[in-house]
Amino acid sequence: MVLAGCLLSALWLEPVLRVGVLGRWRRLLLALGPVVAVFAAWDVAAIAAGHWSYDADQLVGVTLPGRLPLEELLFFVVVPFCAVLGFEAVRKVTGWPARDGDGGR
Amino acid sequence: MTYTVAAALGVFGALLLDLAVLRTGLVKRRVFWATYPIVLVFQVLFNGVLTGRGVVRYRDDAVLGVRFVSAPVEDLAFGFALVLTTLVLWVWLERRGVRSESPPRRPSP
Repeated sequence: MVLAGCLLSALWLEPVLRVGVLGRWRRLLLALGPVVAVFAAWDVAAIAAGHWSYDADQLVGVTLPGRLPLEELLFFVVVPFCAVLGFEAVRKVTGWPARDGDGGR
Repeated sequence: MTYTVAAALGVFGALLLDLAVLRTGLVKRRVFWATYPIVLVFQVLFNGVLTGRGVVRYRDDAVLGVRFVSAPVEDLAFGFALVLTTLVLWVWLERRGVRSESPPRRPSP
């Protein structure tokens, strides 16, 4: 439940920062897809290996295949999304190039 | 394999993706190092709450045992790999020309 609160508190960043990441939703989906897949797989492997476990009393109780809590999957969507938001905000404010041929004002 | 080893491999994999595979070179750019600390602050805060309240628990023999704001230091490496991989793909897709569905609007003067 704590994680659910954290997720909600992060989502209003887009309208506030006005960086238009949601407008580039196709690229966002293409970037996030592999990240979610790879890190969710890592999580499932770590749960199986016993590296970490979750307190069932503090989760909403929806468990995905591989004993992955729903919150964890959402985490892998929201954190990268916020990283992209932050990155585009910094880029817009500073004008620093993010790749070759990026203007570099 | 411990979480320590897995986290180190994750960072290595993300760096390999950035520098050798997709060659985005983000870790050589100021814009990345200006973004990462911002993300890091929020990661430390939220992860501190999650680990402090015991929502996530780590097995003692899977981690080094060094903790930073109640979370194992391995989580910092995990977060770095997660953020770097995401931004590498984001910038790589931009370079490949995957853009918005509609042309950007310019404000009229």
